[in-house]
Amino acid sequence: MGNFGKMNSITIKQPLKLDCGKEISNFPLAYETYGNLNEKKDNAILVFHALTGDQFASGINPVTNKDGWWNYAVGPGKAFDTDKFFVICANVIGGCMGSYGPGTIDPSTNKPIGTNFPVITINDMVNAQYNLLDHFKIEKLFAVAGGSMGGMQVLQFVSNFPNKAKVALPIACTASHSAQNIAFNELGRQAIMSDINWKDGLYDGQTNNPDKGLAVARMAAHITYLSKKGLQEKFGRNLQERSDLKFGFDADFQIESYLRYQGSVFVDRFDANSYLYITRAMDYFDLTKQYGGNLSKAFKESKTKFFIISFTSDWLYPTTENKDVVIALNAIGADVGFVEIKTDKGHDSFLLDVPDFLSTIKNYLNTTYLK
Amino acid sequence: MKEEFKVISQLVEEKSRVLDVGCGDGILMEYLSKNKVVDVRGLEISKEKVKKCLSNGLAVVEGNAEHDLKQFPNLSFDYVILSQTLQAFMSPEKVIKDLLRVGKKVIVTIPNFGHWKVRVDLLFKGEMPITKNLPYEWYNTPNLHMCTIQDFYNFCNNKGINIFKTISLNGQKTSKITSSNLKFKNLISELGIFLLEK
Repeated sequence: MGNFGKMNSITIKQPLKLDCGKEISNFPLAYETYGNLNEKKDNAILVFHALTGDQFASGINPVTNKDGWWNYAVGPGKAFDTDKFFVICANVIGGCMGSYGPGTIDPSTNKPIGTNFPVITINDMVNAQYNLLDHFKIEKLFAVAGGSMGGMQVLQFVSNFPNKAKVALPIACTASHSAQNIAFNELGRQAIMSDINWKDGLYDGQTNNPDKGLAVARMAAHITYLSKKGLQEKFGRNLQERSDLKFGFDADFQIESYLRYQGSVFVDRFDANSYLYITRAMDYFDLTKQYGGNLSKAFKESKTKFFIISFTSDWLYPTTENKDVVIALNAIGADVGFVEIKTDKGHDSFLLDVPDFLSTIKNYLNTTYLK
Repeated sequence: MKEEFKVISQLVEEKSRVLDVGCGDGILMEYLSKNKVVDVRGLEISKEKVKKCLSNGLAVVEGNAEHDLKQFPNLSFDYVILSQTLQAFMSPEKVIKDLLRVGKKVIVTIPNFGHWKVRVDLLFKGEMPITKNLPYEWYNTPNLHMCTIQDFYNFCNNKGINIFKTISLNGQKTSKITSSNLKFKNLISELGIFLLEK
C-alpha cells in the first residue's frame, strides 16, 4: 500500500463507541474533496464508497495512478457536477487508504494492527464520517450518495442523522444483507483465511501478504458484479491469445485471463484484512432489524428527499431489495423517487458509463438544488 | 397544458397531499405543485417517463398501479388522480377499490366510448372507432376495458361509491353532468371527469 504522505485526513479525537462495544479515539479518517464549498455551505455532497473503493472518487487516484472509482459520475459537468457542488469522499474506517484500519501501524509493536482491529459496522463507518461535517462546518449537506455498500451507508446516515441531508441517493443496495450476499462474502473471506500467508491476520504488510487468497476473493466477487449476459457478450468462449484449447489449466479462455488480471491488480492496492473487516460490516448490516423489524421507522424522523436507483441486470442487490426501501418510505409518506435503469452491466452499472443513469442523477440534483 | 388537467386541478384543494397514478411526464404534478402548493407523488409504469419526472425533481416511483398501489397506506393521500388510464388495467374494479382505499377523494377521468362520433363510426362504418382520445387500432390498443360515462356512472352507483361531481369535457368546453342530463352528456362528451369518495 502506497505512500499516505500526500493524503488529506482528519484525526477524530473524541471517542467513538463502536457497535461491538469497544471504543476508539484519536484515529485518522482520510478524505478527498472535489469542487468548492460555497459561502452558504449548502452545496456539499458526501459520497460513500463501496467495498473496495476509497476516498479518490474522481480524477486520478494518486496511489494507483488510475481513474478514481466514480470518475464517470463525479467531476466538472458530470452527474455530481463539481462546478456546482462540493463533493466530499472519505475512506471508511476498516479501509486501507489512510483511514484507521487493520493495516494501521500499532506504535506499541510497530506492526499492523491486523486482526486485533475491532469488528466495525456500517453504522460505525457512518458515525466516523459524520465528523467531516464539523470539520467543514457544514450544518446540512445537500446530498448523501453512494452505490452498493455506499448505498447502505446512505440509508444508515439518514436514519442516524435524519435532517442532515436534503437529498439521499442510495443506489443498487439493500437495507438488509441477504443470505446470498453473506455467502459470497464468506467465500471471499475463506479464500483469504486459507492463504498460508494470512497467519491469523498477523502478516506484516510488507512481504509475504496473503495475496493469493485476496486475489481469489476478488475474482469470485467480480463475477457477482457482472451479469451473465454482459459476460457472455464481452467474453463468450473467446480464447486468450491462442487458437485452440491447450488441454491444461493455464488461462485458455479470455474470461479466465480477465479474472486473473482483476485479482492480480487488486492485491497491489488492497489489504486482505480490510477485505475481511469491510465484508463483515456489510454482512452485519440489517437496518430493518436495527429498527425492530420495521424499516419505515428508520426514516420516520427524516424530511430527506430520497431518490433510489436499481439496475435490471443487478442480481447481487436486485430491484426487489431496492424496492423494499421504496415501500418502507412510501409507508410513511416520505418524499421518494425510484427508477430501475435498464442495462446489461450488472451490479457494476453504478460505476460505469451508463448514460441514462448518469443523466437522470445530474438533472435530479441540479433541479432539486434550486427547488 | 391539457384542458383536462385544468379541470382536475380545480377539483384539488390547496395544500393537500396528492398521488398521481399514471403520472406520465409529470405535467399535472408540476402544475399542481406550483399552483396549488400540494405535496404531490407520482406512480408511473414507463421507465422513460419516470426518468423525465425525476430529472425535473418530481417524487415519482416506477411501478404498476395493479401491483404497486398496495405499498401506500389507507387514506394516506387527500386526492388520488387517475387520468385516462382506467381502461388499460386488467382489473379496473380492483384498481378503483385500491384508489379509494389510498385516497380520501379520488379523481378519475374516462375517455368516453359513448361519444356520438364513436357510435357513428361503429354504426355506419362497422369498424372499431379511432378518435383523438382513443387513437389505437383494435389489435394494438392498450385499452382493455373501454366504457362510457354512463357505464362508469352506473358502476359507481352499483358499487356504493359516492360521486361528488361529474364534469363533461368536450374540446375546451366543460359542463356539469347530473343524473337528469346523463344520457345526453354521454352522447356529446369526449371525456368524463369524476370526483369520488368511498
